[in-house]
Amino acid sequence: MSESAITITNLTKRFNGITAVDNLSLEIGWGELFGILGPNGAGKSTTVNILNTLLEPTEGSATLDGHDVVFDPEHVRKVIGVCPQEPAFYPHLTGRENITLMGDMHLVPKDVLESRVSSMVERIGMETDIDRLAKEYSGGMIRRVSMLMALVNDPKIALLDEPTVAMDPKSRRAVWDYIRELRMQGKAIILTTHYMEEAQELCDRVAIIDEGKLIALGSPTDLMETHQSKNLEEVFLKLTGKKLREET
Amino acid sequence: MNPRRIISLVKKDLKKTHREPAVLFLLIIFPIVLTIVFGFAFGGIGDGGTTSFDVGLLNLDATSPQADWSMAFVNNLTDSEVFVVYAYDDNATGQSALLQGNLDAFIVIPEGFGDSIASYYGSPIDPSSWTNTTIGLYVDSGSMMAVSAVPPLVQQVLMKTVFGSDAMTLNLPIEISSPALVKSSTFSQWDFMAPGIFAFASIFLTMIVAQSMTYERDEGLLKRLRTTPVSSAEYMVSQTLTYMIIASVQVALVLASSFAIGYRPATGPAGIAFTFVIALAFSLVAVGFGLIAASISKSAEVSTGVSFAFIMPQMFFGTFMPLGGATEVIAKFMPSKYLTDTVTTLFLRGAPITTPVIWTNLAIVSILGVLLVAVGIVLFEKFGSR
Repeated sequence: MSESAITITNLTKRFNGITAVDNLSLEIGWGELFGILGPNGAGKSTTVNILNTLLEPTEGSATLDGHDVVFDPEHVRKVIGVCPQEPAFYPHLTGRENITLMGDMHLVPKDVLESRVSSMVERIGMETDIDRLAKEYSGGMIRRVSMLMALVNDPKIALLDEPTVAMDPKSRRAVWDYIRELRMQGKAIILTTHYMEEAQELCDRVAIIDEGKLIALGSPTDLMETHQSKNLEEVFLKLTGKKLREET
Repeated sequence: MNPRRIISLVKKDLKKTHREPAVLFLLIIFPIVLTIVFGFAFGGIGDGGTTSFDVGLLNLDATSPQADWSMAFVNNLTDSEVFVVYAYDDNATGQSALLQGNLDAFIVIPEGFGDSIASYYGSPIDPSSWTNTTIGLYVDSGSMMAVSAVPPLVQQVLMKTVFGSDAMTLNLPIEISSPALVKSSTFSQWDFMAPGIFAFASIFLTMIVAQSMTYERDEGLLKRLRTTPVSSAEYMVSQTLTYMIIASVQVALVLASSFAIGYRPATGPAGIAFTFVIALAFSLVAVGFGLIAASISKSAEVSTGVSFAFIMPQMFFGTFMPLGGATEVIAKFMPSKYLTDTVTTLFLRGAPITTPVIWTNLAIVSILGVLLVAVGIVLFEKFGSR
């Protein structure tokens, strides 16, 4: 196991001359729950998509578990679990089949996979619905299944891109508890969100980025103290002069 | 490449086939319905009616010293019981009868017909010494059945006349594409259409492949898979295997449906097994076209339309649609034509599986299939997967 879980060094990504991520450097340790905050278009998802090997950086580098995302993507894919912003799932499969499919892609041993899926489903409160076709699910259910699809391989590093969007408060709490449990297991977790209370509640440290640039880094408490703010929303407002989001 | 990943992806796609009503209909129910409806409509269900062709005949070689050959040809036409032969004294009257729909075909045996065959037997291995002649064959273009059936049947009668019943001799300088004479005298239109149904059913795989790939791309499923250790090769192999399995099921369903309505192909287990093999090869063609359609389509909806650009020509030029003239030339570029040709040779003509033409067809379809899948994968990786 490498010293730090994730090392991002001078990471830059440009699309047709537009800079989505601008010279970003971060170091995230094992057992750390790290939040990336920013408004839509700030570069959160682009950063995650570089870390999950879908995009290559224009400049700079990123390593996960000591393996470079460009030069050793195969290894990176073995150690990560990715919950995408838009929950991608097969509507004609049941929730259980969707999760099991991802386990098969990671070659999780069959006997382990079966019991793991059952315990994960129970953990997230979907026992009664997990064998229904996913196309019959509500938005919140789909989000929860999507998260389990990301975590079924018991990844060392979890990349959770807005995992609780469209969830009711009860489901969101269940997911938060689950994420905390993963941190306790020593996993490194990157959580992108624009729910400030979620970041305050969960994250050990947060990076606030705007227009691709890192504008603040620290624990939620430190950031609020430093900027004499009641919450992270206010921190963001003070740093950028604009609200993090129009609507919650 | 890991078999567990491939099997898991294949299962995922097969579940879609029976859980999505539209896919279930198009891939499974449609071939059955098509077979049964066409079978009923075109006489597949034991109406027992004898279908024969009214053929006009003008023998311009009847008085030559080698007239025995033309007489034998006429006798063989008559004995086949597929043809009802009417003798004509001149070309104009015969052509007129054909134009008015009184005949299905008009055959003109040329002067020198007997000399031509005699010259062959005089020097079977020296084509330069043969006297070449051409039988005039005019078919009623308004009759789909006549257009598709009469030329090969006349060809078979000719082969029987020249070589006798055991015409399959490998060392002859003349190729015999269908050595077995069709024994049945009770053809219905369905008998001629049935072989085309196999290709017709499989053609629509192209649309499902294109829709499935574009859907998975648009919904972020391909991206999601690309964040896992599964490789592109494993994914593409799983897609190909899935549609090969579906093609096999389609062949089995079309066969079973045909049997259920009384159709009996003139072939045995070997011929049926060969049909499965060439249908599998054809499924590669469908997957290749599907990948190409997906590569150039911006959405699943668009891919449906684009797929038809590949489906329609194959449907019209390569299944049971009547061909003639220029369409024969176009058909040579349609992979489905080779599948239909093979099934026709086996099921209708009753040719054995040692017949060279079906192996040639299998080679053509297989090579085309592999090439199209390769091109499809390259295009999809480059333009279609993001």
